[in-house]
Amino acid sequence: KKQHKKNKKDDRGPPEKEKEKEKASVLAPSKPATQSPAHKGTASKYVPLRSDYGYKVSLFSHLHQYSRKNPPTQQISIPATVIHPSIVRLGLQYSQGIIAGSNARSVALLHAFKQVIQDYSTPPNEELSRDLVNKLSPYISFLSQCRPLSASMGNAIKYIKKEISNIPSQCKEEEAKRRLQECIDSYINEKIILASEAISKYAIEKISDGDVILVYGCSSLVNHILCEAFEKQRKFRVIVVDSRPRLEGREALRRLVKKGIRCTYVLISALSYILPEVSKVFLGAHALLANGYVMSRVGTSQIALVAKAYNVPVLVCCETYKFCERVQTDSFESNELDDPDDLIVTRNGKTHLENWQTVKSLGLLNLVYDVTPPDFVDLVITDLGMIPCTSVPVVLRVKNVDQ
Amino acid sequence: MDGWWGCYNTVLIADKQQKKSRIHDPGEVSVWFRKCSSVQNQRFTETLVKMPGADKETDLSERIESFLSELKRCGSGAGSLRGSAETARETTALLRRITAQARWSNAGDLMEIIRKEGRRMTAAQPSETTVGNMVRRVLKIIREEYARSRGSTEEADQQESLHKLLTSGGSSEDNFRQHFAHLKANIIEAINELLTELEGTTDNISMQALEHIHSNEVIMTIGRSRTVEAFLKDAARKRKFHVMVAECAPFCQGHEMATSLSKEDIETTVIPDAAIFAVMSRVNKVIIGTQTVLANGGLRAVNGTHTLALAAKHHSTPLIVCAPMFKLSPQFPNEEDTFHKFVSPHEVLPFTEGEILSKVNAHCPLFDYVPPELITLFISNIGGNAPSYIYRLMSELYHPEDHEL
Repeated sequence: KKQHKKNKKDDRGPPEKEKEKEKASVLAPSKPATQSPAHKGTASKYVPLRSDYGYKVSLFSHLHQYSRKNPPTQQISIPATVIHPSIVRLGLQYSQGIIAGSNARSVALLHAFKQVIQDYSTPPNEELSRDLVNKLSPYISFLSQCRPLSASMGNAIKYIKKEISNIPSQCKEEEAKRRLQECIDSYINEKIILASEAISKYAIEKISDGDVILVYGCSSLVNHILCEAFEKQRKFRVIVVDSRPRLEGREALRRLVKKGIRCTYVLISALSYILPEVSKVFLGAHALLANGYVMSRVGTSQIALVAKAYNVPVLVCCETYKFCERVQTDSFESNELDDPDDLIVTRNGKTHLENWQTVKSLGLLNLVYDVTPPDFVDLVITDLGMIPCTSVPVVLRVKNVDQ
Repeated sequence: MDGWWGCYNTVLIADKQQKKSRIHDPGEVSVWFRKCSSVQNQRFTETLVKMPGADKETDLSERIESFLSELKRCGSGAGSLRGSAETARETTALLRRITAQARWSNAGDLMEIIRKEGRRMTAAQPSETTVGNMVRRVLKIIREEYARSRGSTEEADQQESLHKLLTSGGSSEDNFRQHFAHLKANIIEAINELLTELEGTTDNISMQALEHIHSNEVIMTIGRSRTVEAFLKDAARKRKFHVMVAECAPFCQGHEMATSLSKEDIETTVIPDAAIFAVMSRVNKVIIGTQTVLANGGLRAVNGTHTLALAAKHHSTPLIVCAPMFKLSPQFPNEEDTFHKFVSPHEVLPFTEGEILSKVNAHCPLFDYVPPELITLFISNIGGNAPSYIYRLMSELYHPEDHEL
């Protein structure tokens, strides 16, 4: 049994709670720690803990803050028999930010699971439906330590586990594997690719000629919508709003400019200046919560707030597989803290925050998500149609009944 | 009889015969010189050489030119190279020098000269409103001193203005053409008082800090304001609280503010601009500085302040503005074109993004307009005021005829 290192920070939930967490598709560990290595579940005993980095702001001390410079695999050695190499690679890609965006992360996760299922072989005296699920658990806890799971990933994992458990026991292994791979392919196809086609179709009805559309950051869905609308010969121009430290808007800008769309680029502090020109705001979402709140990249709620003050309609585009049953009212309980060193910048040769770690009373906060109240959002465009924010629990119920 | 006393041009002539010990008009002095013999000149404590008028004026105009060129230069990006308090002080000192050195015989002439120079100075850097404000203050001082010399009291002046309001006739007295001997001295004394007031503004504001900050508060601010920095540091001597500083991209002045606050052992957190609304629900007060206070009680502040004000309004968090009185300007927020100031877009989209740069418009505005409905309180060196009271303060500081220089 692998001996764990002495615990550095004490707010990691025990792994059993992690498993329940995955089942409930909660984003980040939100329960206080009761730490003792002896209570670790057997599934995750091989996955070491990743240590937090730097001083955490007291309001967020229940969350984890990792440094991008210390990848999880450098600190510990993971034997290949425990974690599949494609999962290790995926975890590193998550932690370094190479794969970012909830759709991209879910698709990458599903492809990695396909590889895992491909390489899986049932041990003797075990049933595939039960053993495979157990094999997946340490992978999932490893991934959540590289970067906390997103709501879309959580829903995908729930789906896969359900499909695996539904494999009848008399099914042969090859047949079972083939069926699972087909399930994963159809999930990706229906929930992500076809869904984005449907959403584009609805959204393009909302774009008229002469529109000035404001987008924030880089949402694959919104970029897809704009490119489709441009191909359908709609005349509009786009304003891309960006924010430090991620500066994802530049990526969106590149894609739109390559397509030939006329673009303007500002930072989020210039929002009040640019909003009087805007006719519509299109926002992407990371998850839609059951009480109608929209969880998205930090800064989205600000855009919705100022747009409301200027009476500009705000449209959120979100696929139904991102709807989750959690409820949340503000951005503190469940969030993600990114590497605080990202905030450091050098201007005119001076880096003011260089030695922020040495100063005792100075902290840097790099939030990743925030929640937007439903009164700021005018419309949510999903693959099921255009609904108001408050109809999310209806959709969830319909989905549950279907399943 | 050597040298040109450049600084004050106060010629103290201690002379047995004449017993004059105040400032003389340079024209008078040169006349006086011709009368005296060289023996008496030795008794001068500071001497004034008999200069032809051209040299004096060239020196004065040199100083004005150098001030103008500094104004023009310091308008680049990351705030001014020097704070607005310094600009105000230098403007006032320059106006005092103009009063002392320029040729004028009555108040009307002086006001013309100052108005002319004031127009040039505001044209050099229109966004630096403290320059214009100081010019208007000095013009008001001149009017007051003139009225006092004429013998009319201040109450009569106010009654006159109300009366003027009703009758809407009657020109402004006699166009200030009367000559008074001690007018120059009085004006320069009043300008000196103005300078002392300017020097004490930051301290006066920070003295009020303890009345507004209680223990265990979370205070949010944006960018870097020297006034707010002094305010918070003063409160930190007796109270423990937490400050969140929004960094205010792209210049990130918030970083400097945070390091300076944390050195005084104040718990500080730096947040990116995008997180302002996300953390606002835990903030108790928002305290900001501003570049200008407009005549309607609104603000022209660093960009990002309007978002901060809207977020504070949404959460019903009080928004407190710390601004000294010299920032109060009689302008109203007019069209968008005259209000905004932009700097090079490479701050926003650097040249390293080469291929897309030519196809993209990038904007980097410096200022935001914050309407007065979003502001709770103004703290200035004369105390706390509501935004609805700003118009009254303005009428005390500036004369309505000076609003247009």
